[in-house]
Amino acid sequence: MSKKIVVPFGPQHPVLPEPIHLDLVLEDETVIDVVPSIGYIHRGLETLVAKREFTEYVYVAERTCGICSFIHGMTYCQGVEQIMDLEIPARAHYLRTIWSEYSRLHSHLLWLGLFADAMGFENLFMNSWRLREFVLDVLEETTGGRVIQGSCKVGGVRRDISDEKLAAMAGDLKSFETELSDLSEVFLHDDSLKSRLVGVGTLSRTDAYDLGAAGPVARGSGVAIDLRKTGYAAYRELRFEPATESAGDCYARCAVRIRELFSSIDLIRQAVEKMPEGEIEVKLKGMPDGEYFSRSEQPRGELVHYLKGNGTKHLVRSRIRTPTLTNVPSLVKMLQGCELADVPVIVLSIDPCIGCMER
Amino acid sequence: MKIEEQPTTVIAVAHLIGRVEQFRKGGFRLVQMNATQVGDEFEINYSFEKDYRFENLRLIIPAETEVPSISGMYWGAFVYENEMHDLFGIAVKGMNIDFNGNFIRTKVRYPFRNPTFQGEGPCQRK
Repeated sequence: MSKKIVVPFGPQHPVLPEPIHLDLVLEDETVIDVVPSIGYIHRGLETLVAKREFTEYVYVAERTCGICSFIHGMTYCQGVEQIMDLEIPARAHYLRTIWSEYSRLHSHLLWLGLFADAMGFENLFMNSWRLREFVLDVLEETTGGRVIQGSCKVGGVRRDISDEKLAAMAGDLKSFETELSDLSEVFLHDDSLKSRLVGVGTLSRTDAYDLGAAGPVARGSGVAIDLRKTGYAAYRELRFEPATESAGDCYARCAVRIRELFSSIDLIRQAVEKMPEGEIEVKLKGMPDGEYFSRSEQPRGELVHYLKGNGTKHLVRSRIRTPTLTNVPSLVKMLQGCELADVPVIVLSIDPCIGCMER
Repeated sequence: MKIEEQPTTVIAVAHLIGRVEQFRKGGFRLVQMNATQVGDEFEINYSFEKDYRFENLRLIIPAETEVPSISGMYWGAFVYENEMHDLFGIAVKGMNIDFNGNFIRTKVRYPFRNPTFQGEGPCQRK
C-alpha cells in the first residue's frame, strides 16, 4: 500500500486569483481526500448593516464581489422591496435584467480566460478577455462603472437607458455573438482542451443535488436549477431554459457557461424588445419591518441575501450566502480520486469567487 | 407582488433532526443555514428547496445552547455549521468535518456575537 502524504494547495497558487487552502491527501499521484480552509480575507461586511442605513447598505452589498457586483446590489434591493411590499416600475425590472445579463457575460468571459490561462492557453485567455472588454464598455457607457455599477437602488434604478442606446446595444450584440461563436468553437472542440477537461473532476447528478451545488456546477451535472425561473426582475416575462449538461465533468461545466453566454445575449435582446415605457423608480415610504430571503441567479449560481428589519432605518441582519460557499462541498467530492496535476483545473472549474465567499 | 412564498416553521431543538430528515426524504436540497442574534438569543434558519418551493425551519435558542449537526443527512452542511461556530460561537455537536474554530480565521473570536466597530474612519463618525 502506498504511503499517504499531505500536499498543501494554496492559499497562494498560480491559478488562484484569491486565497483558498486545500490540504490534499495523496496516495502516489491520486488525491484520496481533501480538507478545505477558508477565511483568509473574511471582511465581515454583513455586520455593517448596523452602521449603514438600509438605503446606503446597497453600496456595501455591491462591494461584496468585484465581478457580479450588480447582481449583489440588485438582490439586496429586491429583498428590501419585498419586505416593504414595494412594487417597482416595470422598466426598472427590465433594466435590472439587462445589467444582470451583461454581468453574466462579463463574468463568464472572465472565467473562460482564467480557465484557458490555467491550462497554459495564453492566446485563448487574451481573446476571452478581449471580448469581455466589449461587455465592460457597455456597462461603463450605461452605468458609469465598469466593475462597480452603482445603478441599483431600493425602489428601482438610478439610471435609465435611452431607446436609441438600447437599439444600438442590441445591434452591437450581432458582431459580439459572431466572435463569441468562434471562441466557443475552440473551447468546445479543441483536442488539447478536451484532453484536459473530459472525464476530469466528475460530479454525479445525485452528488450535485445532495451536496447543494449551485449554478453551472449543478447544471453541468444535469441538475436543472436556475433561480431566474422563479421570475424575479423581468425574467417572468422572458423565455429561456436553463442550460444543462449531463456528464458532470470540467468539460460539462465549461459547456454550460458557454451556452449561458448565448442565452444571456438572447435574454438581453428580448428585454430590449419588450422594454416598457415609464418611470424607473418609486419613492420609499416607511422602514423595512420583516424578513425575506432574496434569491437570484448569479453567474456562479444561486445567491441568497437574507434580510431582517425591525422598522428602523438599520436592518437587524444581512446574511449573504454566495454560490462559492455552497460549492465547496461539491469541490471536495470532485477532487476525490483525481490526479494531482488536474487539481488546478478542477478548482477553477467551479469558478471560485473567494471575495464573495469571504464577504 | 411576492416573488415566492417562504413559509417558516419554528421548532424546538429536540425536533430538529426529525424535521430535517423529513425534508431529506422528501427530496429537498439544503439551500443555506444562517444565524441571527436577537437580544440574548439566536435564531437559526435552515432553508430547503424542491422544485422552486422554498421552506425554512427555525430554531430560537439561548446563546449557550448546543445544536445537533445535520451534516449526517446533508453532508455539505459542514460549511454552514463551522461558519456559525466561527462567527457566532454557536456550538454544533457532531459535525462530519469539525474545524474546531479554524474554518474562518478571524482576528476577533466570534466576531458576529455582539460585534464592535473599531478603527472607524471620519465618514462613519458623522
